[in-house]
Amino acid sequence: MSTAATVTVQAAPASAPRVLPAEALFRNATMGSAAFVLVLLSGIAVSLVLGGWNALTHFGPAFLVTEVWNPVKEQFGALVPIYGTLVTSAIAMLIGVPVSLGIALFLTEMCPEWLRRPLGIAIELLAGIPSIIYGMWGLFVFAPFFAANVQPWLIDVLGPIPGIGALFSGAPYGVGILTAGLILGIMVLPFIAAVIRDVFETVPPMLKESAYGLGCTTWEVVWHVVIPYTRVGIVGGVMLGLGRALGETMAVTFVIGNAHQLAASLMAPGNTISSALANEFTEAVGDLYLSSLIALGLILFVMTFIVLAIAKWMLARLELRVER
Amino acid sequence: MKDIAHSTLYRRRKITNVVTQTCSILAAGIGLGALVLIVWTLFYNGVRSIDLAIFTEMTPPPGSAGGLLNAIAGSLIMTAVGVAAATPIAVLAGTYLAEYGRYSTLAKPTRFFTDILLSAPSIVIGLFVYEVMVVPMGNFSAWAGAMALAIIVVPVVVRTTENMLGLVPDSLREAATALGTPRWKVIQSVCYRAARQGIMTGILLAVARVSGETAPLLFTALNNQFWSTDLNAPMSNMPVVIFQFAMSPYEDWQKLAWGGALIITLSVLSLNIVARIALHAKRQ
Repeated sequence: MSTAATVTVQAAPASAPRVLPAEALFRNATMGSAAFVLVLLSGIAVSLVLGGWNALTHFGPAFLVTEVWNPVKEQFGALVPIYGTLVTSAIAMLIGVPVSLGIALFLTEMCPEWLRRPLGIAIELLAGIPSIIYGMWGLFVFAPFFAANVQPWLIDVLGPIPGIGALFSGAPYGVGILTAGLILGIMVLPFIAAVIRDVFETVPPMLKESAYGLGCTTWEVVWHVVIPYTRVGIVGGVMLGLGRALGETMAVTFVIGNAHQLAASLMAPGNTISSALANEFTEAVGDLYLSSLIALGLILFVMTFIVLAIAKWMLARLELRVER
Repeated sequence: MKDIAHSTLYRRRKITNVVTQTCSILAAGIGLGALVLIVWTLFYNGVRSIDLAIFTEMTPPPGSAGGLLNAIAGSLIMTAVGVAAATPIAVLAGTYLAEYGRYSTLAKPTRFFTDILLSAPSIVIGLFVYEVMVVPMGNFSAWAGAMALAIIVVPVVVRTTENMLGLVPDSLREAATALGTPRWKVIQSVCYRAARQGIMTGILLAVARVSGETAPLLFTALNNQFWSTDLNAPMSNMPVVIFQFAMSPYEDWQKLAWGGALIITLSVLSLNIVARIALHAKRQ
């Protein structure tokens, strides 16, 4: 390439584009790196498919809906971990979304000016705390407290109600699906709150001021101006939080109870995809066992991929509108 | 005026406003309260377990005293190797996205995948490295652990590099180009210099991100009860030790786990604060 470039330069020094060797080298290095990053990241998906192929072909689509997980007989199905992942994340969202909306609203609309910045920074810093801390707190502090004080009450009060009663039956173990969901909910709080706060701040002050000028109350401004304006951004932020919750390993593994069972009660111990991987992967013997675990990882990857892609799309739509 | 003040509509609006505001403040209070409680528990339990021995002694067998020296060293080594391996590639890739290939066909999917990977479950990255490194090599190793961390660093640094280079005004590039400077020289001497602090901050944030990562190390670096600096062997590291010790029934292990948890939280927090101060200083 360098000789060709030199020739061009000598032939037409004034008009032809000059490609210096250093230029080509640097350009290709950056392009190569970008391509490498792309290949590496898509390689993750490919390797999961390859690793889980054995299990997926052996069990077929029934893998997704089979309850049994028996390493001794080499019978595996993903239903229990998928159920655990979905239910814990649903509980987390049920707790996390309203509370983080409350935090974001408080920060942007009600909080006194002097408190706004320190509180915002504190939330962002809390979002960076390693998830293992939440797990430890759940195991040592929350689960014993929950088992002693809250769960007996839930069993007594909600247990006899037909329908939802089945969700709150059984013994108060402390650890279990409900506890894991609650811990996850607390963990995603600062994360979702920080994103939604940023999203709320994209509302042009003029819009809000004109609504206030018409005599709207704070709530009416929020409900009729802020939330409609930022709807896609809020959904995007929630989806980002959901992506976190689905794939979270350490906060869940401590408090889920690690039991391969499909119980109606939310208080029973269960398993999520990530906690099953964390607990069993290094001890798994046999190709089919390992392959089944990797197939679980693939299912998790596909689930989070879809959720995150939606989140990104939603947030990009909000950005487009802000630019316009 | 009196009529308005006493009309039911006005009262209803006022009550709705007060009720919803109270709910929001309550939600904020409960949420922040829970988070403060967690941090307080961490400090309360952590401070009691931190002493000199935690930094000078090896991880003990159950029932005897010890520290976390080998785990701290292992974490530092793997983080350093991972960040050193990932940073050059990630910065170059970020440069491509911000400079040469801003609108290219390669840029779009690369941006999309790095964004997905930025929040994808880290345990999946552990599985990937297990398949491409641990299985061919035949054993768990610190190299594999460092690679898993490197893959987590890549998207963070790619995106911050791109964003920080994007903040460099185009007029600077144009001015340099008008002087006859070739593009690579413009990027290296003008853009990098202008965005240096931002890029360094991105790397710092990436370090903060990986220092608390547990899941990807579980199947790659595994753990090691003894002092080891052999990158081809399993290596002890803080997060996995904390996980193992906290889940154990032994009280002195649990105590060490709290100490370790406080140490990594403090380092993550201080890295974040330093990064924030650096970014803030840059904006002014």
